[in-house]
Amino acid sequence: MKSDYMAQLAMNDNGFIFDPNSGYSYTSNETGLLVLRALQQGKSEDEIIRELVELYEVTQDQVRSDLDHYFLMLEAYKLVKTDE
Amino acid sequence: MNNPDLSGLDITIAVTGLKTGDNPQPGVPVIRSIRAAGFTGKIIGLVYDSMESGIYVDGLVDEVYQMPYPSAGAEAFMSRMHYITEKSHIDVIIPTLDAEVILYIRLQEELQALGIKTFLPTESCFLLRDKTKLASFFPPKGIAVPETDLVSDVTQVISSREQFPLMIKGRYYEAFKANTVDEGIKYFYDIQSRWGLPIILQKLVPGDEYNIVIVGSGDGGILGMVAQKKLVITDKGKGFGGVVVKNAELEEFARKVIGILKWQGPCELEVMRGYDGVYYLIEINPRFPAWVRLAEGAGQNQPAAVVRRALGLEQEPLPEPKSGTMFIRHAEDVIADISTMGEVSARSELIRR
Repeated sequence: MKSDYMAQLAMNDNGFIFDPNSGYSYTSNETGLLVLRALQQGKSEDEIIRELVELYEVTQDQVRSDLDHYFLMLEAYKLVKTDE
Repeated sequence: MNNPDLSGLDITIAVTGLKTGDNPQPGVPVIRSIRAAGFTGKIIGLVYDSMESGIYVDGLVDEVYQMPYPSAGAEAFMSRMHYITEKSHIDVIIPTLDAEVILYIRLQEELQALGIKTFLPTESCFLLRDKTKLASFFPPKGIAVPETDLVSDVTQVISSREQFPLMIKGRYYEAFKANTVDEGIKYFYDIQSRWGLPIILQKLVPGDEYNIVIVGSGDGGILGMVAQKKLVITDKGKGFGGVVVKNAELEEFARKVIGILKWQGPCELEVMRGYDGVYYLIEINPRFPAWVRLAEGAGQNQPAAVVRRALGLEQEPLPEPKSGTMFIRHAEDVIADISTMGEVSARSELIRR
């Protein structure tokens, strides 16, 4: 997951996200925002999963499955690029 | 890099295109940006009819003069300029309407003789950005332009049946998306009746549209550049809201276009980033757009920079614009006495202070 593109996204605490590259804006819930901020900080998928497991009392498998879906959505919106 | 400070200038600046409303002209925002740069001198509004709304806005223009339409020709234009400058000396003019810019370019020497300065492109440069030339001039230079055909007969629209949807454009103004050949025929006749021939058929490029306001330095460089993505689009296709974007690829594309033309003065590029990842040049408008205040709001006072360059003053490149700055157009009723309109209608001029 590339974090350089993520770094330029502007986010506020209400979950409003602005992509200055494309001009598109998005809204996210609290969990989504937490993941985006973690990606901005360059955290790995495993680190994000550990963080979510601690916060939400869910299993690693549940989180990994949800996170994979979330990453697919971010890729579809061209907000992240998978490392080649 | 600082924004221009016009507070010390004791000159008179004339600006055209004071109509706002559903198809707003750029004159009012250009004046507002000039005032925002601290300019306290006289501003003259040059109008074509007495219903241009900027005439009636308190504190906007100090004097108003009605001009002959560009189609009346150079003689009528210069005759009016002589009359106006006998009453009020003009130092700088910023024309803001497509149809009149060529007149100001061709008459630069005559205007200069009256002491009037402009900051405009050369005539050959201006003609290269004509909608009918874009598709032949730019692609060999590495700038993609959507496939374009110039047609002068409706049968050519019909024979393009397989290529719809297409954009149908007038040479000077108006563009419609025609989904079917029947719509194409309707728009062909609509545009022909208003703007004449040829009509431009352009392949529709699916993607994201960006508009870029630029002041070219004339040597291939850029004094200022602000790109926006439209957020609100009216049924006439006008952007009534937008947000400043910061996109290195888009900026590089725009710099290349301006570098090829060596454009001098203000212009607006319409660019499409296709879903194929290719940037396409759609149009080059030879003047500030009506949304130019967004540039000032984002930290680049481009109209003020044009005033300085017209006067022959040094102007370093403007500061980087702040991405995420947005505008939304707000319509408001202006209250005035009918005598104001009477004065412009009857005397073709109005002295407000």
